[in-house]
Amino acid sequence: MRWSWRKVEETFFRCLMMAAVVLVMLILLWILLTILVRGVPALDWEMVSRTPRGGFYLGKSGGILNAILGSLFLTLGATLAAFVAGLPVALYLTCFRGDSSRTAAFIRTVLDVLWGIPSIVYGAFGFVLMIWLGLRASLLGGMLAVALLILPIMIRGMDEVIRLVPRELYDSAYALGATKMETAFRVVIRQAAPGILSTVLIALGRGMGDAASVLFTAGYTDALPSSLLEPVATLPLAIFFQLGTPFPEVQERAYASALLLTILILVISGVARWLIRRYARQVVR
Amino acid sequence: MLRWRQWQERIGRHLLQGITLGCVLLAGLMILGLLLKSWPLLQEQNLWSMLVSRDWRPHRGEFGYFPFLAGTLWVTGGAMLLAVPLALLTATYLSEYASHRVCTLFKPLIDLLAGIPSVVYGVWGVLTIVPLVKNEVAPWFGRFTSGYCILSASLVLAVMTLPVIIHVSLEVMQAVPRELRESALSLGATRWQTVKKVVLRKALPGLLAANVLGFARAFGETMAVIMVAGNVARVPGSIFDPAYPLPALIANNYGEMMSVPRYDAALMLAALLLLGVVLGFSVLSRLVLQRLQRRWR
Amino acid sequence: MTGEHVIHARDLNVYYGQLHVLKDITVAIPRSKITAIIGPSGCGKSTLLRSFNRLLETMDNVRLAGSVRLGPQDVYAPGVDVTLIRKKMGLLAQRPFPLPMSIYENVAFGPRLHGIRNRRALDRLVEDNLQLTGLWSEVRDRLHTPAVELSIGQQQRLCLARGLAVEPEVILADEPTSALDPQSSRRIEECFRHLKDRYSIVMVTHILRQARRLADYILFLYMGELVEHGPAEQMFNAPRRELTREYVQGVIS
Ligand SMILES: Nc1ncnc2c1ncn2[C@@H]1O[C@H](COP(=O)(O)OP(=O)(O)OP(=O)(O)O)[C@@H](O)[C@H]1O
Ligand SMILES: [Mg+2]
Repeated sequence: MRWSWRKVEETFFRCLMMAAVVLVMLILLWILLTILVRGVPALDWEMVSRTPRGGFYLGKSGGILNAILGSLFLTLGATLAAFVAGLPVALYLTCFRGDSSRTAAFIRTVLDVLWGIPSIVYGAFGFVLMIWLGLRASLLGGMLAVALLILPIMIRGMDEVIRLVPRELYDSAYALGATKMETAFRVVIRQAAPGILSTVLIALGRGMGDAASVLFTAGYTDALPSSLLEPVATLPLAIFFQLGTPFPEVQERAYASALLLTILILVISGVARWLIRRYARQVVR
Repeated sequence: MLRWRQWQERIGRHLLQGITLGCVLLAGLMILGLLLKSWPLLQEQNLWSMLVSRDWRPHRGEFGYFPFLAGTLWVTGGAMLLAVPLALLTATYLSEYASHRVCTLFKPLIDLLAGIPSVVYGVWGVLTIVPLVKNEVAPWFGRFTSGYCILSASLVLAVMTLPVIIHVSLEVMQAVPRELRESALSLGATRWQTVKKVVLRKALPGLLAANVLGFARAFGETMAVIMVAGNVARVPGSIFDPAYPLPALIANNYGEMMSVPRYDAALMLAALLLLGVVLGFSVLSRLVLQRLQRRWR
Repeated sequence: MTGEHVIHARDLNVYYGQLHVLKDITVAIPRSKITAIIGPSGCGKSTLLRSFNRLLETMDNVRLAGSVRLGPQDVYAPGVDVTLIRKKMGLLAQRPFPLPMSIYENVAFGPRLHGIRNRRALDRLVEDNLQLTGLWSEVRDRLHTPAVELSIGQQQRLCLARGLAVEPEVILADEPTSALDPQSSRRIEECFRHLKDRYSIVMVTHILRQARRLADYILFLYMGELVEHGPAEQMFNAPRRELTREYVQGVIS
């Protein structure tokens, strides 16, 4: 067997690619391990069950319940808002516009572009909006910014799912005399429900992990969230601030918080993935 | 009864249309809002001279964006340089060489990492990359650094964008019909020749889009970068110097921006610049994509 | 190299995971003839075709036992260069799949792979092979436009020309006309008739009439077994097995 140039090239690139895969996998494992190894020892029940006490940021006792609850409230509110605004758009694109419409294609492009805009820009824009509306940094402001941030993700995700609904289903609904509205809201939604739910979860995870958009808009506080118009703490910012202190004890807490946030998001995306898998099986049948 | 349903249909239709229009207008509204807020500054000072000026002294009303632009470019450029080849090689291997089993094993892991929030990547960077660069890499080059520098930021960003690029590239390459590969193979092409000349070529527009996505992600990333880049407002001279990318500038100074005149306008202008670059880049890439798609279908 | 038969398969068994799709196939494919593989859907026709040029092994869960020879060469011998084997057996797929490049580059792709760089030689090869498939007069003015802009029928003939350009001994065709209109199908059939002096053609077909029109030799597969094979005349008019008779008369399908 002679070693022609083609074989040398083949072998070379094959080795290169294998090295790349191994490297990528090692890096990825490295990240997960780091978060686990540094986070687990610092994580205890007090962390998740109490709010910061006096001197928390100097290493005294307390937890991050304020940030956990804040993140949950904020993200749930934002997700709900984005869902309510996004679902009609997603339905409109496919059910009213059809798959080959140029308007729909244009709107999809705009949404894709919006998707790519950095979250800090959403934060800044949210801030501008808040000034116009006369709001200060608050739960409501944070919800607004995060809702805007996840709106394109939500719409495009649901849009992709709704596009999978077979044409025949529309036809049979129309043949029964249903209007487009009735078809969209009673038939199509039901068919696409698992996919829509998993999109919502994906958007939820994205919103929960984002810090830059809530930096100006949600503020930060050690108190538990009490009102829509009060500032609220969020997990990503808690991590950021804790890591920024010079005290090792507080930095430890940042690792624990990071672990907590990661677990939360992985669970959410895990459920989403499971839904998609189930849903995919339904479609095949 | 019938009339009511007709009304419902008509009203509903207009409602949906209105909401859709609102979402599309959001893009315009964003530009408009940021522009209005930065307008006072734009009226007082020339945009171009601010872009090329190196002096950032908010208290004296001097807003030179050049160090921040340079920092952003260094950090993002470095990240893409590291991430793109690695991601493409990995995606190619998983799509073209790896067995189905291996691929289904790796894919969820990659998706999982794409979902981890950027703050967590920042924490990881502070814990591992910063000391690594400080104690191992820099001395190896005979340099001294605190570890909070361009190289660290680029490394963290690269690792952060890897899963994104791999995920999309993999999807694009797996969408290439298998018969196309078989055509090339049955002409006597080796596996690599098939990949290089047929699969990659066919997937090129999609791969480009994947990398643009990765770029946008890296370019606008705030939290991971702010934690490891060092944040010194000076034009960097090497990869071991600290940098102060635009997103970090905005995020770090929002607290004081209301107390200094024009500071808020300057930060909003920074956000507008960020938005402008990302918009420009994605429109440009879309044009290139369209041309590519027309040439190679 | 001029034996009577071009491909010999011996005790060929193929499994997809647990599924046993080809069972003890032993057959010889005649040289310079058109051989048709017929049989109901899912009986393993495509699998047999793809086991000849080792395309099967690009799939994941496939296991193959037995031997295939191309002339004197053992196709599955260890250490054999697969690319050279595949080069000798061109493949024409069910639907045309032009490579994502121009018409010219499509035809020149194979020769370039095998080291032909000379522009003049390539021009010549492209023209000759497009002539062979009757495409030259239709595309000579737009050789450098994307191949996907051709009609489906033209694309299929382009794929044939592309395969011919590496000078194979055998052309393997898997239902090459099933995606085409009658007009285009006829042109492919004409091509095959022209080409059979210089190449051995093995085609899978679902259309019995096509097999009757074209084939010199017939293999009849049923549920992974080679029920009967023989000259077309005999297979259609005086089959030895009852099953074959029922199939060629259209009783089972
Ligand atoms: N990749 C695969 N994995 C598992 N089973 C397969 C695979 N490809 C084909 N099969 C199975 O192997 C059997 C033979 O498939 P093959 O494609 O060879 O049939 P065929 O005779 O070409 O059918 P058709 O006329 O429909 O093209 C079928 O039962 C099919 O379901
Ligand atoms: Mg078949």
